[in-house]
Amino acid sequence: MISTTFLAVFGIAVLAYFTSHRRAVMIGGDRPAQLHSRPGQHGLLSAMWVLIVGWSVLVLGITLWAAIENASLTGLIQDRAPELNAIERELVLSDARSIASGGIASSTGELRSEVAAAVRSKESVRVWTTIVLALVLSVLAGWNIFRQVNTAFRARNRAERLTTWVLMAAAAVAVATTTGIVLSLISETVGFFSVLDWRIDKFLFGTNWTPLSGVHVGVLDPDRVGALPLFAGTLLITLIAMLVAVPVGLFAAIYLSDFAGPGLRAFAKPMLEILAGIPTVVYGFFAAITVAPWLRRFGEVTGLDIASESALAAGIVMGIMIIPFISSLSDDVINAVPQSLRDGSYGLGATKAETMRQVVLPAALPGIVSAVLLGISRAVGETMIVVMAAGQGANLTANPLEAVTTVTVQIVMLITGDTEATVAAGPAFSLGFTLFCMTLGMNIIAQRVVKKYREQYD
Amino acid sequence: MDDLAMMERTVANTAVETDTKSPKISARDVQVYYGDNHAIKDVNVDIQDHTVTAFIGPSGCGKSTFLRCINRMNDTIDVARMEGTILIDGHDIYARDVDPVQLRARVGMVFQKPNPFPKSIYDNVAYGPRIHGLARNKAELDEIVEKSLRRGAIWDEVKDRLHAPGTGLSGGQQQRLCIARAVATEPEILLMDEPCSALDPIATELIENLISELRRNFAVIIVTHSMQQAARVSQKTAYFHLGNLVEYDDTDKIFTNPQDPRTENYITGRIG
Repeated sequence: MISTTFLAVFGIAVLAYFTSHRRAVMIGGDRPAQLHSRPGQHGLLSAMWVLIVGWSVLVLGITLWAAIENASLTGLIQDRAPELNAIERELVLSDARSIASGGIASSTGELRSEVAAAVRSKESVRVWTTIVLALVLSVLAGWNIFRQVNTAFRARNRAERLTTWVLMAAAAVAVATTTGIVLSLISETVGFFSVLDWRIDKFLFGTNWTPLSGVHVGVLDPDRVGALPLFAGTLLITLIAMLVAVPVGLFAAIYLSDFAGPGLRAFAKPMLEILAGIPTVVYGFFAAITVAPWLRRFGEVTGLDIASESALAAGIVMGIMIIPFISSLSDDVINAVPQSLRDGSYGLGATKAETMRQVVLPAALPGIVSAVLLGISRAVGETMIVVMAAGQGANLTANPLEAVTTVTVQIVMLITGDTEATVAAGPAFSLGFTLFCMTLGMNIIAQRVVKKYREQYD
Repeated sequence: MDDLAMMERTVANTAVETDTKSPKISARDVQVYYGDNHAIKDVNVDIQDHTVTAFIGPSGCGKSTFLRCINRMNDTIDVARMEGTILIDGHDIYARDVDPVQLRARVGMVFQKPNPFPKSIYDNVAYGPRIHGLARNKAELDEIVEKSLRRGAIWDEVKDRLHAPGTGLSGGQQQRLCIARAVATEPEILLMDEPCSALDPIATELIENLISELRRNFAVIIVTHSMQQAARVSQKTAYFHLGNLVEYDDTDKIFTNPQDPRTENYITGRIG
């Protein structure tokens, strides 16, 4: 019902546009220049007001008012059946909703029927009031502009001002969403640590990671949530990946930008970008099915003990995945260094290599650092490759030939496992929050470094 | 100002007369192609040492292209192709055994837009000497840097902030820094491609005085769009038109008594 009303409001807006437009044209008569604003701007202003007013009412009706309604219904259930806990109350309410809309409920009963009746009456009042209010107010908003259409009416200025507000609202949504995610991460993490008696040290530095083993008896044991092996594993794999990706990616970028011929460059650059388009799940089974067995056989030949799931295999493949990011971005920033700097260096008798090392690379450094950082944050957040190729056992080791696990793998295990999501969420959110803090800290440090050492050219 | 320039020129010309027998640079039948575009046609010219030679002509006439042939900067452009010979001190610089990198150390270049490296003033000037190993230790390098900055007529302005970035200087100071950077490698020839076109009159005057000074030690070739500048600083002038070297003679003669009608049209302002 309400969703159709969204369309109806849009229809009113279209109507408002054309009526105001027409009225402006008629007022303008044979001297349209006497209008302060073009007829289209009058139309636009009235249409914008219709949409803003109508849709705001509808959105309020299905969010705020619905939330109030929910609270009062929950209150009703609490009055009737004070012995129920929160989850059971929710269950009753969802059953009542099913009954009210003629669906199938998990169970029926007097309480549920009574609540269903309340749902029905409250809901119909809310829906119809919202719809009528939205339609009436949007028509009024459109008419309000329509009646003001005049030669002196500053429709353009008002439409522009209104547009800035709409743009600001869009920006506010982006900021608010980010803030909301961070806040919910923080609150879940705080909840998790309060269950653990604030033994944050055990979480950060403990080495035993079996968080769900005590959950069936309702206890989260601080001794079982030591996440150090996870951080160490993440660090190890990221390190291996960057050891592969940074030299290869950077050298490829240097070669492509200043040494390769135009034909090779036209061929190689799109190839690298295709490499960036391969889904990580493909890299994942490439790592698990091709690279890991190959490494193991290599180990057998040379006498090294390489596990079938190893940090090395995952790290190498992750490095390959990151190469195109680093090379493509670095290539762009190296190309952006002005030709005049290269000419200046050549003109002094410098070779291409000297020019690259002493003039071009220092000038491109901030961009290269940010490319590497982007690579690191991709490596830290990468999940698919490590799930398939690095293993799940929380091993604390610096040996790249053994199986390790990472923060992201453990989050996947927690959320996709059999344990109820609400219970597993605590440790998962805490891991996510720690990961977030790590990347944030890294970015801040890197930005400081870049600002300090950047060599500005113009 | 004009009288002064006149006097300077007379002095210079007597110097040139004694030198005529052995030109510093000698170009024969030089052709340059950019892809299919024939940019330089049959240029023959002898350029003297310790002389300022000006290349003038309308835009696109090939004067900068020819300048860039003298230190083989056109080698860095893929589509450029050069024919003919250019001799410096009698040696063909396009011979197979000549390394363009070593050549450019002998033939310095200053560009139209000041292009200091994003490094400190000191490192900008020390760049060439470091690459070519001209200094055995820090003290020698310091000496070279100071000498070059003095030759660039910028020492007094920057001596207290040698480690500030070169890009922080004003446009005129940047260009003088670039000149100091070019002379630091002790070249024999200095090529200047419209060195004052991005500068205000005061900075231009400083650079012009500097060019007259530099003639003591180098053969200077300057490409310029300003005929007044050519008249002020040069002893020899070459007029280029559509890729041809139309006329090359003493600066006085070019500006007072041009032989070719195209030169006359250009310097009297009828074309270009």
